[in-house]
Amino acid sequence: MTTKMFGEPVQRVEDQRFLRGQGHYADDLLVGQQVLQAAVLRSPHAHARIVDIDVSEVLDVEGVHLVWTYDDLTGPMAPTMGEPLPLLIPHPQLTHGRTQYALAKDEVNYVGEAIAFVVADDRYLAEDAVGRIRVTYDFLPPVVGIPAARAAEHLVHDDVPGNVAARLEQANGDARAAIAAAPHTLSLDLEVERSASTPLEGRGTVARWDPDTARLTVWTSTQTSTGVRAAVAAKLGMDLGQVEVVTPDVGGGFGVKINHPWPEELLVPLAARTLRRPVKFIEDRREHFVSAAHERGQVHHVEVGYDDDGRVLGLDVQFWHDNGAYTPYGIVLPIITSTQLLGPYKPGAYRVVFESLYTNTVMCTPYRGAGRPQGCFVMERTMDAIAAALGKDRLEVRSANFIQPDEFPYDHGLIFQDGRQLEYDSGDYPASLAKLRELIGWDEFPAFREEMAREGRRVGIGLACYVEGTGVGPYEGAHVHIETSGKVKIATGLTTQGQGHATAFAQIAADALGVPFESVEVVTGDTRRMPYAVGTFASRAAVMSGSAIHLAALRAREKVLRIAAEALEAAEDDLEIVDGVISVKGTPGGTASIDLGTVAVLSNPLRYAFDEASKAATQFTVGDPGKPPVAEDDEPGLEGKDFYSPDRSTFANGMHAVIVETDPDTAEITILKYAVVHDCGRLINPMIVEGQILGGIAQGVGGALYERMAYDESGQLVNASFMDFLMPYVTEIPAHIDIDHLETPSPLNPLGIKGAGEAGVIPSAAVFASAISDAEGFAITAMPISPSELFGLRRTHASAEPVETKERS
Amino acid sequence: MGEELHDIRLSVNGLVREVRVPARRLLSDALRHDLGLTGTHVGCEHGVCGACTVLVDGRPVRSCLMFAVSAVDCSITTVEGLTEPDGSPEGRLSAVQQAFAECHGLQCGFCTPGFLTTITAGLRDNPAPTEDEAREMIAGNLCRCTGYVNIVKSVLRASQIAEERS
Repeated sequence: MTTKMFGEPVQRVEDQRFLRGQGHYADDLLVGQQVLQAAVLRSPHAHARIVDIDVSEVLDVEGVHLVWTYDDLTGPMAPTMGEPLPLLIPHPQLTHGRTQYALAKDEVNYVGEAIAFVVADDRYLAEDAVGRIRVTYDFLPPVVGIPAARAAEHLVHDDVPGNVAARLEQANGDARAAIAAAPHTLSLDLEVERSASTPLEGRGTVARWDPDTARLTVWTSTQTSTGVRAAVAAKLGMDLGQVEVVTPDVGGGFGVKINHPWPEELLVPLAARTLRRPVKFIEDRREHFVSAAHERGQVHHVEVGYDDDGRVLGLDVQFWHDNGAYTPYGIVLPIITSTQLLGPYKPGAYRVVFESLYTNTVMCTPYRGAGRPQGCFVMERTMDAIAAALGKDRLEVRSANFIQPDEFPYDHGLIFQDGRQLEYDSGDYPASLAKLRELIGWDEFPAFREEMAREGRRVGIGLACYVEGTGVGPYEGAHVHIETSGKVKIATGLTTQGQGHATAFAQIAADALGVPFESVEVVTGDTRRMPYAVGTFASRAAVMSGSAIHLAALRAREKVLRIAAEALEAAEDDLEIVDGVISVKGTPGGTASIDLGTVAVLSNPLRYAFDEASKAATQFTVGDPGKPPVAEDDEPGLEGKDFYSPDRSTFANGMHAVIVETDPDTAEITILKYAVVHDCGRLINPMIVEGQILGGIAQGVGGALYERMAYDESGQLVNASFMDFLMPYVTEIPAHIDIDHLETPSPLNPLGIKGAGEAGVIPSAAVFASAISDAEGFAITAMPISPSELFGLRRTHASAEPVETKERS
Repeated sequence: MGEELHDIRLSVNGLVREVRVPARRLLSDALRHDLGLTGTHVGCEHGVCGACTVLVDGRPVRSCLMFAVSAVDCSITTVEGLTEPDGSPEGRLSAVQQAFAECHGLQCGFCTPGFLTTITAGLRDNPAPTEDEAREMIAGNLCRCTGYVNIVKSVLRASQIAEERS
């Protein structure tokens, strides 16, 4: 009997190569093959006009093969390289979308913007050459931070009035009227700072041009190989069929690698084609800080009206999103904040309006969570504020606002990031809260607090709830090929950055086909194997490609049974596949059985035999001589292909709670206990899901307590290194994290699954703000928070006059 | 204006390898690009993340902070040299490697070689660490995927496996 793999904590198959140092990340490719290396001259200024670029000192440097500036990109070599990079996700309300040029044309808008591109024998020489380029700038006043962008005394782009890229308003009901009529009202100002994905591997692109076949192969550390392929073909003036993009092993993505094409993703292939030599660009750490992308910077103003039970009658949210210097990824982030802010709650009426603003800083594109952490922070701070104002328990106020299990599907009357109705498919929020209450020890906490107080210690407890739209469309596909060896080769087009797809997807395929897990091999992100795909973002891989692989495997299974039925002279319905062998149900291993490999042989009528097995499949031995060897509606080979395209996203949810201790003297913040209740539908591999949650929590701890992009007033990122940007080490992460699951299946896909990738990071700012507020007795309104900031807040709150709690150090 | 090159011998994973490098070539780059040992990864090039950690004379060293020419006369072990001979061409996973597989101690795998080498040296010094000591052992390496919980478990499990194997 084949063991069911779905739901099992199977060890990951990809680990073998990673543990042996045999992974193939971008910089590992073509080693020893005379690959040339690129380096980029980047703007040291946040806002300036380029008066002149002098490359004369570079041209005769030994080992330098090429140096390009904008003017070199406008020739016939690539007709559209001189145009701005694509605006990937246009939106009608993105009225003033702007994207950068592959190399700056005559203005730079952030420190780090690419100005010149050098290719040399190795990276050392390329960097030497970059250092010899002389640029003359005319300085312009930089716009840094949301207040400066809103004030608009200076403009980032001359032709964008008010620095406003987009303004979008959505409403369900009349929120302002509901607030005016409500028995209680509150207003809050809430702020979240910038952070970034910062995968351990930065961006990297390698390209090889084959002059004999006029084809280009591009390996790039991306979250979308099909997207890069289309962009490279379009910008380099090539047919799609001339370009293949292969995603090698990727050393983490967390969102930043979904943006594309980066300037280097076009310049490297173009240089490879021009020089007829393989070319590689590997970003260094400082470059990743200043020339990839950030996220999270938003300022919010909330007006809320509620009743005596804490039920929200009207919620009116205004916020300002810092999109940085350009908007290649559209306004996806603020749209997600504006919709996912609602979490598991159903306010009587809701209005949200945001402005997406330009600043002279690195652009913002999705980072794990993608706008949701800010939304969760806003909603959960509001819930806590209501509870505090009414003197009610924070769980009670949340319970009063929950969408109930019998209300699904629940339509919020808003449009989500995918242009579809924001309609939740399933969930059980009261059950999740009951589990969390138990897991963190909510009811025991007052006694614990007293006990700690007796020792002179200060502790606080907090919680935060979120709902996450996962598995957005439009589609993913899968191709299943059963070889004559009986091995099963699966290809799906989206990419992998450490999520264990080769394992989880093989589990799905093994179950659907009835084959041993070990005989399944999964390939992701290779346009040669699956040219139609979208990408890995929005916690969509398991839902989208998992479903597609399930469907494609069932198609292959249908064909297996059809051929086997004929061979065994049995009815298809009477057959089963167990461990890769097809036999009549209930008689496994009986004489009337055939293995998958033989079925694969029979599926492909041959003229030429090449081994013993294929002798059985030549045209003299198989088929009815009175009929065509391949029937009119059939095709040779044992394959299955299918696509999964859902009506809308499926909504996962979860709740986190934390107990923190704050040092009365130093304001140091210590995590004492962390608990998670998570519901992402049915679990394919609980070990992998738990790994995703644990990793997300660590990033969340970083985002809540340590990480921020520290820009000075001139637009310099002053902490652009791992020494100064404080990513958590193990010492910052709680030793024990309690995780409990609810498995509320999604009705939208055949496996009942929901996404899990981003979940761990979404409620972090909210949950820590809740717990620190509880410990300190005043509301935390801006995150992240450092000990010195907390110390400052204590002084402010201790002073005689009640003061706004927004002071930042 | 060509750079002066130095012919040096590096002893890596028990083999003596000859390379010709300029004085400024980092040990990490020499291992990866000159010797093709791409298992050692470079995450920050300023000695903070620990992904490039290799063992130099048995001690964990950040290969991005050492010049290749400084590593002559040293015995270097990279992640490729951690497996143990068992008669198969690829060898069997060391106790530390095996523990990572069992405990889901890695996700994208990029930081993993630095953890494996660091823990290999750490367990040599302290074969039976407590949980606190296990955390201390890995406290100088960054991982962005796992949240470390399963890496700590891997350290403790590696200690058990080594004990079982001995």
